[in-house]
Amino acid sequence: MSADTSPAIELRGASKTFRTPSGGLHTAVRDLDLTVGRGEFVAVVGPTGCGKSTTLTLVSGLEEPTEGEVLVAGEPVDGVGDKVGFVFQQDATFPWRTVLSNVMAGPRFRGVPKAEAKQKAREWLARVGLAAFEDRYPHQLSGGQRKRVALAATFVNDPEILLMDEPFSALDVQTRALMSDELLELWEGTGASVVFVTHDLEESIALADKVVVMTAGPATVKQVFDIDLPRPRKVEKVRLEPRFIEIYREIWESLGEEVRITRERGAAHVA
Amino acid sequence: MSPDVMPEAQVALTMTEPGNKTDRAQSRARAARRRKIVVMGARVLLLVAVLGLWEVLSRAKAIDPFNFSMPSKIWDQIWTWVMHGTAQGSLGEQIWATLYEALLGWVLGVVAGVVFGIALGRITFLADVLGPYIKVLNSIPRIVLAPIFVIWFGLGPASKVASAVVLVFFPVFFNAFQGAREVDRNLVSNARILGASDRRVTLQVVIPSATSWIFTSLHVSFGFALIGAIVGEYIGATEGIGLLVAQSQGTFNAAGVYASMVILAVVALVAEGLLTFAERRIFRWKPAGSDS
Repeated sequence: MSADTSPAIELRGASKTFRTPSGGLHTAVRDLDLTVGRGEFVAVVGPTGCGKSTTLTLVSGLEEPTEGEVLVAGEPVDGVGDKVGFVFQQDATFPWRTVLSNVMAGPRFRGVPKAEAKQKAREWLARVGLAAFEDRYPHQLSGGQRKRVALAATFVNDPEILLMDEPFSALDVQTRALMSDELLELWEGTGASVVFVTHDLEESIALADKVVVMTAGPATVKQVFDIDLPRPRKVEKVRLEPRFIEIYREIWESLGEEVRITRERGAAHVA
Repeated sequence: MSPDVMPEAQVALTMTEPGNKTDRAQSRARAARRRKIVVMGARVLLLVAVLGLWEVLSRAKAIDPFNFSMPSKIWDQIWTWVMHGTAQGSLGEQIWATLYEALLGWVLGVVAGVVFGIALGRITFLADVLGPYIKVLNSIPRIVLAPIFVIWFGLGPASKVASAVVLVFFPVFFNAFQGAREVDRNLVSNARILGASDRRVTLQVVIPSATSWIFTSLHVSFGFALIGAIVGEYIGATEGIGLLVAQSQGTFNAAGVYASMVILAVVALVAEGLLTFAERRIFRWKPAGSDS
């Protein structure tokens, strides 16, 4: 298979088992098959704690699968590659670097000369609307602004694959909608393939081409839904369309069951 | 409440508020200033009372003036040293000798502590191998090494530097180690995704995030470096404040011992001030007031 026709991401029967501190084994992901096409925006939804994030760490190369295969652009993943960008759930900006220096970090780590890195970083800061803030330190910014810095720092590396782990879950509702729109705008210019993990079904439908519903942990793919809403989309508008609500109802039927299972397990755990 | 009543009410409020506000702000500022003066006054009063009581009791021979001396004699002693020098040379030379030994020992101890701490914090194999030995070394009361260092390195500065190093190394090492261990895993993952090599992660993520841990230990450890230098000098030296203490003690000059202590305290306070200043410069990235 040539590298050009192979899908951006392919997981084949991937499983990941962790050793818990108490010595037991915890299977986060089991027998996972997932394909993400080039330039495709895939949202992964599932009950909390089901192992969605683990899927991302497998694709990123931060963790290796215990079993199965993970391919990026047709090549097996071996350590952290240079094609991947990752936006984390928590703040991962470097607090001792200024905003500009944070965005420059990626290119500098990859050996881009300083002047060029600075210029690229400034371009991306302008695109996320933070050009006036380049000398600030992260603690001087709001949560939404810090997220924008994280986006700029990720996009500046021109990732072919963009992994996002509930990136906006810590933001308030309005900022979240705004950031979702901005993400779509930034992404549409790049042609990157995106895997966007969330527990928010509305967010996933509004953003994605394809919504993957995961089972209650250990996570595996339960069902895949194609989202045929036209692009470009505006998050606040698209969610009012009848087709959106139809899709929502359809997916929720599948997802709700898994959420119920997780909840019952939690209750059994408490009792 | 109907909406058209609101503006009126607001106008009424803003009409009365400015006068009130400035009045209250002024009286509050005045109260704050008064409190500051009272605190300062009480501090000075306390100092004068303690020194005065000491002086009076000593002059009245209620406490033995030979053993306990008195503030006026201590002041005379400092004055003599400043004006006429000490038995082993000028006072400045003595202070500089001690400071030189303490600083050199401190720098060496800090560098060794940081390097070892970060290395062991990053490389689990090293930590597993060396861990127990470091625990054993740490449990030795290290000040007893000072006489051994005098035997090894002689009466010169080397033996004092060595005792300062062993005192400084451990607190810095443990803090650097802890700091390297407790680096936010997200930051490390993020740096790796952005393309940082292991070396870059250590230099640009682990060390910066461990600096606040390291700095905590720097304050304590400079005090330790001074202790190392002084004890070393006290045991055997050709110059330094520790020697001043030893000689004063040898000639039953209690005022001399106290005077050396006063000089030491001043030196330590100045050093502490410089360190705090450096810390503020380095930690500009930290939110103000988040430091505990």
